[in-house]
Amino acid sequence: MLSVFLEVLRRDLLLAWRNRADVLVTLAFFTIVACLFPFGVGAEPNLLRTIAPGVLWVAALLATLLSLHRLFAQDHTDGVLEQLLLSPEPPVLWVLAKVLAHWLTTAVPLIVAAPALALLFDMTQSATMVLVLSLLLGTPILSLLGGVGAALTLGLRGGGMLLALLVLPLFVPILIFGAGAVDADLAGTGAAAHLMLLGGGSLAALALAPWASAAALRIAVE
Amino acid sequence: MLEVTELACLRGDRMLFADVALTVQAGELVRIAGPNGVGKTSLLRLLCGLAQPEHGQVSWKGQRLERTRERFHREALYLGHAAALNDLLTPLENLRFAAACHGLGVDAGRCELALERIGLGPQRDLPAKVLSQGQRRRVGLARLYLSENVPLWVLDEPFTALDVAAVRDLADWLDAHCAHGGMVVMTTHQDVPFATPMRTFDLAESAC
Repeated sequence: MLSVFLEVLRRDLLLAWRNRADVLVTLAFFTIVACLFPFGVGAEPNLLRTIAPGVLWVAALLATLLSLHRLFAQDHTDGVLEQLLLSPEPPVLWVLAKVLAHWLTTAVPLIVAAPALALLFDMTQSATMVLVLSLLLGTPILSLLGGVGAALTLGLRGGGMLLALLVLPLFVPILIFGAGAVDADLAGTGAAAHLMLLGGGSLAALALAPWASAAALRIAVE
Repeated sequence: MLEVTELACLRGDRMLFADVALTVQAGELVRIAGPNGVGKTSLLRLLCGLAQPEHGQVSWKGQRLERTRERFHREALYLGHAAALNDLLTPLENLRFAAACHGLGVDAGRCELALERIGLGPQRDLPAKVLSQGQRRRVGLARLYLSENVPLWVLDEPFTALDVAAVRDLADWLDAHCAHGGMVVMTTHQDVPFATPMRTFDLAESAC
């Protein structure tokens, strides 16, 4: 049963490696969006420190969105999705493997790059730690919910735009709690509550989203 | 055995066919015939559970498909129009992945043999994007050489883009499969010489 999960994960990671320009584009997008803000709002350190959590979270969110439509699109056109749906193993397994591969290849590079960008905004060390933690706990929700959106818009004309309209509103709570965690740390009230909510959200998404994605994929292939 | 009763297929607003009844017994080779657009591919997709029928049911070994999905997917192989290849992977990687997803549990050695058998030995480590149409087709068909224990083969135009020798070899392999009690349901517009008596099911008679 685990073999399908591992095979799909291995294949998607291998494909991400062979197509690594895509991964770099996402990372470059994240960096550039974050770097644009100081030009727009001015280089006043206090102001930058205040807006940093929100800016980095919005940039991470948009960068994730940029890569989401690729999650199932190629396999859909190639016919691999049909074959996966005909596998004797439950679809939830390989959907989860694909989402995990997406998280590893898009979110993890963002999380690694985030501390460097936090430095640019002159964030304190503890705030940077909280930012990384909040990204670590929050980005799985982006990949999981985004997976449902990607599956629902699969094969539609203008699917990419529709995907953004569909999932961005759903990402609002994650943005609030993610950026809120850093703000709470800066205000001295402690980020634990925010981080726990993000962790809980991740677990809930992990339990529910793969089923929804699998059902949507079945409809898309039909 | 595969049994289809009162099957109807709706495509958009149009009823493609209705009241299709078909039984495939072990050792049978069935060809679905009919002009373009009559719904041959749609029928094959209904047979293997990729689509839901508007009416009627498909059963496998006496059980409705929805009830026996896992077992049916283990015992059926569907090769569609698309070759199910990723351009960035080599034929060997593509074949191993397809076999693993189907739960065939075959090792790299068997996959290499299957690729050699279908005439892709020298190309097995090239990325699939440099292959020709016929060669891409063959990578998909190589799965047949790993699936002799899968009883039901549902093949959509398996002979397209193949050269004469490959067509003959594939026909022999389908014959061998039927001789061992397998079942083959396929569509083709080509006249292929089979040793097994071929039953032709004309879908045009059920068209709406």
